[in-house]
Amino acid sequence: MRIFALALLLAAFDPPSAAVAQEFNLVIRDHKFEPAEIRVPARKRVSIYVSNEDATPEEFDSTALKVEKVIPGKSKGLVRIGPLEPGRYEFIGEFHADTAKGIVIAE
Amino acid sequence: MLGALVIVFREVLEAGLIIGIVLAATRGVPDRAAWVTLGVGLGALGAGIIALFAETISGAFEGAGQELLNAGVLAAAVVMLMWHNAWMARHGREMVAEMTTVGEAVTAGRRPMTALAVVVGLAVLREGSEVVLFLYGVVATGTSASSLFVGSVLGLAAGAGVTVLTYYGLLSIPARHIFIVTTVLIALLAAGMAAQAVQFLDAAGMIDVLGNRLWDTSGWLPQEGIVGRLLHTLVGYTDRPTELQLIAYLVTLAIMAALTWFAAPARSARAAA
Repeated sequence: MRIFALALLLAAFDPPSAAVAQEFNLVIRDHKFEPAEIRVPARKRVSIYVSNEDATPEEFDSTALKVEKVIPGKSKGLVRIGPLEPGRYEFIGEFHADTAKGIVIAE
Repeated sequence: MLGALVIVFREVLEAGLIIGIVLAATRGVPDRAAWVTLGVGLGALGAGIIALFAETISGAFEGAGQELLNAGVLAAAVVMLMWHNAWMARHGREMVAEMTTVGEAVTAGRRPMTALAVVVGLAVLREGSEVVLFLYGVVATGTSASSLFVGSVLGLAAGAGVTVLTYYGLLSIPARHIFIVTTVLIALLAAGMAAQAVQFLDAAGMIDVLGNRLWDTSGWLPQEGIVGRLLHTLVGYTDRPTELQLIAYLVTLAIMAALTWFAAPARSARAAA
């Protein structure tokens, strides 16, 4: 029982070294995402490095991706997503939702 | 202006609901207004501090600082809500008894207002820091800032309106039912927060198990819609929950139920007698 609990604990907190997360880059410039479309592998953990080149903060927001992350002006943020079922997942920059729009396509 | 209103309203909606529930749950407590005001005040102050250090926090723990902070804040709120419900299970019955005899004010003063004030403060802190950052962006850009500012103030006012609606909505429930209603509401609120907290740990890279999606109901009840948002805060509705989120939700409810069961003194005393 104790060994089982320990194994569960290790499984929960062991860094995901076996399944190395794929990395993608995204830039926020003039309140727009570049690129506005990212194709990622389905059913895998994926890391997106978001670089905010604007002077103002932005919030990477997506209920579909379960992400809500503020990226301060002139700085970078790491967004971890997945595993995703194949499909289209929209995200926005909530502070400038009229221009900052993007989509993650899992396939 | 409308855009700013919507953004700010969305951020403060959750805090607005929570404050409304707390006010309804503490009806009859003498100093509750002072406690809740203190919670809101300290939460707003904390939100300002978090916004000020947003970049430092964001960069901490290999870029996971923000997620860990969010998870920590949510976990703390869950513990406070558990404490409150356990306390209510212990003393709620005598309170009901006294309300019908000597009046409600006497024992009511002993209620753990600190726990609920902390919950209010944490809710304001978490959502408020995003409002502060948004407003900072508005002020920094300069362009049409005044109209955005008016929109933001209206958004805050709408959030306060949600508090008022929640409060009076719950007040319309007869006094003898209000304890059970607020107890259940608080248990569901806590369960939803726990599910959010594990998702933040997942986003922080701390947990990498049971992350698969269980179902997808975004088609008929989208979480970003107004009903979805309300249900998200009130009962923890998630349109695409992961396995771990459901487990966290159910475990929190189970702990709440167990605490309520074991904290109730009358039942065990009666069983022993």
